[in-house]
Amino acid sequence: MTQSRLHVPHPPARPGEKPDFSYLEIPPAGREPRPDTLAPALEIERLGTGMVRVLDEQGHAVGAWNPHLEPEDLQVALRHMLLTRHFDERMQRMQRQGRISFYMKSTGEEAVAVAQAMALEPGDMLFPSYRTQGLFIVRGKSLVDLMCQCLSNTRDMCRGRQMPIMYHWAEGNIFSISGNLATQFPQAVGWAMAAAIKGEDRIAATWIGEGSSAEADFHHAMTFAAVYQAPVILNVVNNQWAISSFQGFAGGERRTFAQRGPGYGIPGVRVDGNDFLAVYAVTRWAAERARASGGPTLIEHVTYRAAAHSTSDDPSRYRPKEEWQAWPLGDPITRLKNHLIALGEWSEERHAALEKELEAHVTACWKEAVTYGTLTEGPTLDPVSMFEDVFHDMPPHLKRQREELRRLLAAQHAAAAAQVPDGEG
Amino acid sequence: MQNATAAEAPVTLTYRDAVREALHAALRDDPRVFLMGEDVGRYGGSYAVSKGLLETFGAERIRDTPLCESTFVGAGIGAALGGMRPIVEVMTVNFSLLALDQIVNNAATLSHMSGGQLNVPLVIRLATGAGRQLGAQHSHSLEGWYAHIPGLRIAVPATIDDARFMLAAALRLPDPVLLFEHLYLYNMQGTLTEGLEQVDLERAAIRRTGRDVTLISYGWSLHKCLAAAATLAAEGIEAEVLDLRSLRPLDEATIMASVRHTHHALIVDEGWRSGSLAAEIVTRIVEQAFYELDAPVARLCTAEVPIPYAQHLEEAALPSPARIAAAARELLTSARGP
Ligand SMILES: Cc1ncc(C[n+]2csc(CCOP(=O)(O)OP(=O)(O)O)c2C)c(N)n1
Ligand SMILES: [Mg+2]
Repeated sequence: MTQSRLHVPHPPARPGEKPDFSYLEIPPAGREPRPDTLAPALEIERLGTGMVRVLDEQGHAVGAWNPHLEPEDLQVALRHMLLTRHFDERMQRMQRQGRISFYMKSTGEEAVAVAQAMALEPGDMLFPSYRTQGLFIVRGKSLVDLMCQCLSNTRDMCRGRQMPIMYHWAEGNIFSISGNLATQFPQAVGWAMAAAIKGEDRIAATWIGEGSSAEADFHHAMTFAAVYQAPVILNVVNNQWAISSFQGFAGGERRTFAQRGPGYGIPGVRVDGNDFLAVYAVTRWAAERARASGGPTLIEHVTYRAAAHSTSDDPSRYRPKEEWQAWPLGDPITRLKNHLIALGEWSEERHAALEKELEAHVTACWKEAVTYGTLTEGPTLDPVSMFEDVFHDMPPHLKRQREELRRLLAAQHAAAAAQVPDGEG
Repeated sequence: MQNATAAEAPVTLTYRDAVREALHAALRDDPRVFLMGEDVGRYGGSYAVSKGLLETFGAERIRDTPLCESTFVGAGIGAALGGMRPIVEVMTVNFSLLALDQIVNNAATLSHMSGGQLNVPLVIRLATGAGRQLGAQHSHSLEGWYAHIPGLRIAVPATIDDARFMLAAALRLPDPVLLFEHLYLYNMQGTLTEGLEQVDLERAAIRRTGRDVTLISYGWSLHKCLAAAATLAAEGIEAEVLDLRSLRPLDEATIMASVRHTHHALIVDEGWRSGSLAAEIVTRIVEQAFYELDAPVARLCTAEVPIPYAQHLEEAALPSPARIAAAARELLTSARGP
């Protein structure tokens, strides 16, 4: 008699064990061919199994995917990535000091958001995940605004209604960040369909973690994008971990995430997510394809979540501490920096000076942001403001509830004032 | 045991510990029981409830799942039909909405639609509620919504005893049961009632007796009502505090008995007022005990907005002991007439 048994995915290494990334096959930079942007999905399936890489070990840009960017653009990219990292560092520290309640860093993954935002047009609509803060930085949202959101203060763009980092920036063409995983995928497809219906040349791009790609919304969005050939770029950021679950729990043990694309009739491209140039080039390719009615592209970014999942997480419970040091695709910032140095367009001195400048900038922004209030110190938002924006026009029952709250707060205020311990009255 | 006194003193534990002990006992006592959900294994669940269970029971019984609520709930239904006794953990009730089709259109209906051929003995544990600054998408109280659905049993442990023993009661039932654990209660400390070995999933409980007004609630709100009752007692108002425990079925007998005794009822519900569980209870009191009332039934619910994030906004949106006490006073004053 035979008996079926279930497989239990196991990460390659647990705390105390030696990091092991032998499951990742990493081809040399420059190996993958760059097909025509309108090549049929099923003819370019190998893009989903290999890995597009441009930067080689010496920091040179090689192969057909080299986007040949100007050094000035690369310096801007480096600045955006470094700023993202410094911003993350500072906010994490502020969380530790109790100034904000929660934070999520994108450390180690900065190339994904920064390269993609730079590769797209300002009019393209972005549907972010919570770990793509680089999108806001590239599009020029001021750090003060981002900080004020995290502080939930009087200048918070979300008016005290959302958790830190769940930014909303309609004007910058960046859609709202959802705390419920994967909802942005179908929405991006719908937005892209609208753009095509209206005859615009704008496209949509969206991001999801590899863990969240197990949610139904991911798969439904793939079907819709394929059926209508919607002009949308669908990104899976495979940073190896979804809180404590390694990528095998999302199906990564059997096939790459990019390989899912052809199953839906969508090209799937796997890219070295820590290679700024490769991410940039693949995004340009997908954007060109989408604008030319070639339909959607699925991009898998192979990267590593270097930090804890969030400030509530302690990764030493489930993965070796040294994994990040052993990560074979390195640090995206170091790699771009080395490339610029190899080009003769950068130096350690300039790098150190830039770090100092950005650090000072972040400090100045924080100083300004806290003047609009913090968790513990005023000024604070008026609680009755929460009844606004539930509907465009406030219905009578909410007006009543707002009045009740106003009265209650006034009574509490009066009671507190009466309790001033000076023995009067 | 170190010595006799240590053995005799009641052990203090948290609500979280109590749920964990319940899981431990269920897994130990029945090989058909297994736990599945996101990060329940090595991570121990997002509220650390299942911490340590992986080490004891192994990865096949403490099963991490892909991030897909619709499928791990659906798989739970399948496994229950297949003769197992799955316990599915959904990180928060908000995420259970991704599994609504499985819960409402399937788990709740299969027994009936199949003419009684199928049973779905599935237990779903969900964290619910606000108070921890997690914003609208992680803080809602949707248990009242689920209580609307025929075919589902809805239970809400608010005490250490219920946290410890409701799970076993749920596993004994052939029907799907949703157990709502309020995320604010996980750190609450207390002791187990000595000698208690099981609880029912039918009866409401009177947590404090009083003659003047009945405060009806469940979950975190129960504790706010108890705090309000203490304040009121200092003013000479004796509030009776009723813990619903089960939202479906509702224990009407206990509710009506208390109302007949106090002639005043205030319902405190962390859900929203319109179309709420509170509305249902008001209706039943009006239907069954109208002539016992000395004043209109009152209710205190959460402001009808998505739960805001900022602490002082969140607090302002929720029922609080001060508000409950104020509402009770108003109820008693209005009863005396102008
Ligand atoms: C519908 C839903 N289920 C579960 C969660 C809890 N949750 C938040 S982040 C996360 C892990 C996501 O991992 P991944 O998609 O890989 O993204 P990463 O954090 O690695 O960027 C989980 C399970 C949620 N927010 N929403
Ligand atoms: Mg991930």
